[in-house]
Amino acid sequence: MKITFKLNSERVAIDVEPYWTLQRALHDRLEMAGVKEGCGSGECGACGVIMNGSIVPSCLILAPDAEGAEITTVEGLKRNGKLDRVQEAFVRHGAVQCGYCTPGFILSAKILLDNNPSPTDEEIRQSIEGNLCRCTGYRKIFEAIKSLCKS
Amino acid sequence: MRMFEYLEPLNLKETLEILSSEKGTETRILAGGTDLIVRLKRNQWKPKRVVNIKRLPELKGVSLTDTTLSIGALVTLSDVMRSKEIGEDFPVLARTCALMASPQIRNIATFGGNICNSSPAADLAPPLLCLDAEIVAVSRRGERTIPISSFFTGPGKNALNPDELLREIRIPRRYAFYSSTFQKLEGRKALDISIVAVAISAKREGYKLSDVRIGLGAVAPTPVRTASAEKILNGKAATKELIAEAATDAYRDATPIDDVRSTALYRKEMVRILVRRGLEEIAGL
Repeated sequence: MKITFKLNSERVAIDVEPYWTLQRALHDRLEMAGVKEGCGSGECGACGVIMNGSIVPSCLILAPDAEGAEITTVEGLKRNGKLDRVQEAFVRHGAVQCGYCTPGFILSAKILLDNNPSPTDEEIRQSIEGNLCRCTGYRKIFEAIKSLCKS
Repeated sequence: MRMFEYLEPLNLKETLEILSSEKGTETRILAGGTDLIVRLKRNQWKPKRVVNIKRLPELKGVSLTDTTLSIGALVTLSDVMRSKEIGEDFPVLARTCALMASPQIRNIATFGGNICNSSPAADLAPPLLCLDAEIVAVSRRGERTIPISSFFTGPGKNALNPDELLREIRIPRRYAFYSSTFQKLEGRKALDISIVAVAISAKREGYKLSDVRIGLGAVAPTPVRTASAEKILNGKAATKELIAEAATDAYRDATPIDDVRSTALYRKEMVRILVRRGLEEIAGL
């Protein structure tokens, strides 16, 4: 079946099977390499994408549900070759090791800061409680996000 | 995932028509998908048809009358946390949702889905049991109301017939001024299924508690109320000693099992502790 939606501000139309997940459609058909399958059951956050303004686990959404949606992946954050400030903060703070969890974390942080520019420490932690990292121990991820908060 | 016939009805009437021929488990309903898609991926369920009900306008929204708060089946856990009506009448539901899963899952998981999945550990069940919620089930044959106390019939099983859909959950607003709490014991601070969950609602006048309702999750084949513990406190000044007595009775009412998350013995002890904590919180001790 054909689905049409907005991906990173561009209109796209692709053929999908109804039993494909959105993660598979974005990663395999649309080459959004940042939308990764980690656990496949929605619990690690690696497949996180912003869909109609909220962060969602694309590995638990069927591709047909993207019809008419506005979806942002990490690929959509760069503007004119320049990194988004969330991406830039992760690089600056050494918050990336293997990088597999990173796109999911960056999108969670972006949603947090877009809606709440001055979150408390607890609100930062709650915003990333659905993202797992096996490398960094989370501290530098937390510091990168905190560095972007308005005091 | 295996192939299935995929249907996207646009309204309730169309959906009930599709379900009217359903006798078993050949058709599965897709709402948030946070339970269904996981099962499909693991081939635990192999439905012939998947019916996506996300577009049904009749299942959306929160509404109020003088007597009743109604929560549509498709209201997400995040919606519950943002809802002004729910926050004013039943903040314990927003609190419960905040302790469930993760932001990503809460953005798509639905209120109706958690109830219909009917896990013994469904976190929404204990507070809804305390609040005498009613399930409104619809089919082509008509509409009926199922009290939540009879809704859960076993692990993963409920009173809905194969041709029925949960349309909304109704909560009597007379419980809106009760003091309520939700206590969840889990391995981590997020994402985990409850080891033990306790919800308590009571009318509080000073130190006196009456009409105490205690709902337990993850410690029986279904979510349950604990009648004996509730009786101990009714109409009396809630002292720490009386609360400890009620908590011990709740411990006796729990019939948990050993599983991957915990042991029966530990769960029983944790029922006592969470009920005590919840009662002390409500009584202001």
